[in-house]
Amino acid sequence: MARRAKLVAQGVALGLVALLFILLAWTLLTEEGGDLAAAAARGERPEAPDFTLGRLDQEGELALSSLRGKAVVLNVWASWCIPCKEEAPFLEQVWQQNRNRGLVVVGLDAKDFRSDARRFMKRFGLTFPIVYDGPGDTLGGYGVTGFPETFVIDREGKVVEAFAGAVNATEDRVRLRAAIEQALAS
Amino acid sequence: MTRRALVLIVSALVTSGAAAGAAPPNAADLEAELVCPVCETTLDQSTAPVAQRMKAFIRVRIAAGDSEQEIKDALVDQFGPAVLATPLKSGFGLLAWLLPLAALLAGAVVVGLLIRSWSGRRDLPADDRPLDPQLEQRVDEELARFDG
Repeated sequence: MARRAKLVAQGVALGLVALLFILLAWTLLTEEGGDLAAAAARGERPEAPDFTLGRLDQEGELALSSLRGKAVVLNVWASWCIPCKEEAPFLEQVWQQNRNRGLVVVGLDAKDFRSDARRFMKRFGLTFPIVYDGPGDTLGGYGVTGFPETFVIDREGKVVEAFAGAVNATEDRVRLRAAIEQALAS
Repeated sequence: MTRRALVLIVSALVTSGAAAGAAPPNAADLEAELVCPVCETTLDQSTAPVAQRMKAFIRVRIAAGDSEQEIKDALVDQFGPAVLATPLKSGFGLLAWLLPLAALLAGAVVVGLLIRSWSGRRDLPADDRPLDPQLEQRVDEELARFDG
């Protein structure tokens, strides 16, 4: 009987440890996502994780994969993010200058109130497509750690370059324009 | 007289219960039960801009007469269920409630089995077989020498 009890106890303990390992592995694999910025900086052009999210600029949803064949500037922002306010007019300018060349600027508003996001869009006159991810579920796959972050994605859905923080400095804006040219040329 | 007093007590209790049910939610309580989606601490501990915005939202909704549940539902609609400091009691969130109970039960079973096993060992029948005569004699001699 004592032997049986010992075996049961060992089985329960092993089961719990195995369960914890499975949970840990699942968390690491699903939430951390890839470090796209580092991979892009190494010139690897990692695949941009696909998403389908509801739009804020109009009714319906937008899937990133539906933009295959076009270059995409994906900008992750929120209305409460102060550097985003300075960056927004520049992104609108990029959109207006390149929309006829096969470039789509997509705003991804995350961890934000929808109403605040709409006010922000109106205030800065944003006309490019904007999707909403309140819980921020998409961010893990892109390795987003702060707001804003911007990803330049080529026509095949690969990340050409990533920008952590606002693209407000002149050198960053030059880099972004160069990355857009690369993405359009793909 | 006693009956009248009883009626008065019951009606007073019912009235106070109804009044308590209609009491507006407390902003501080709600802030302790909701999580900032950016810093992932409860709102009362967070100074993040989005947390400040959520606190303002809570106050506006309380002033508008929303119940605690309505306010929580509205925030879950915006930020998802992770905004709740306590997990949902349905779906995947239910696991967070059930797993500790399951672990507690498993622990109780293990402890029970161990106690049973240990007490079983103590209750083993004493070995009351007579000693070997030679050994008994030797023990007597040793004891006699010890006493002497």
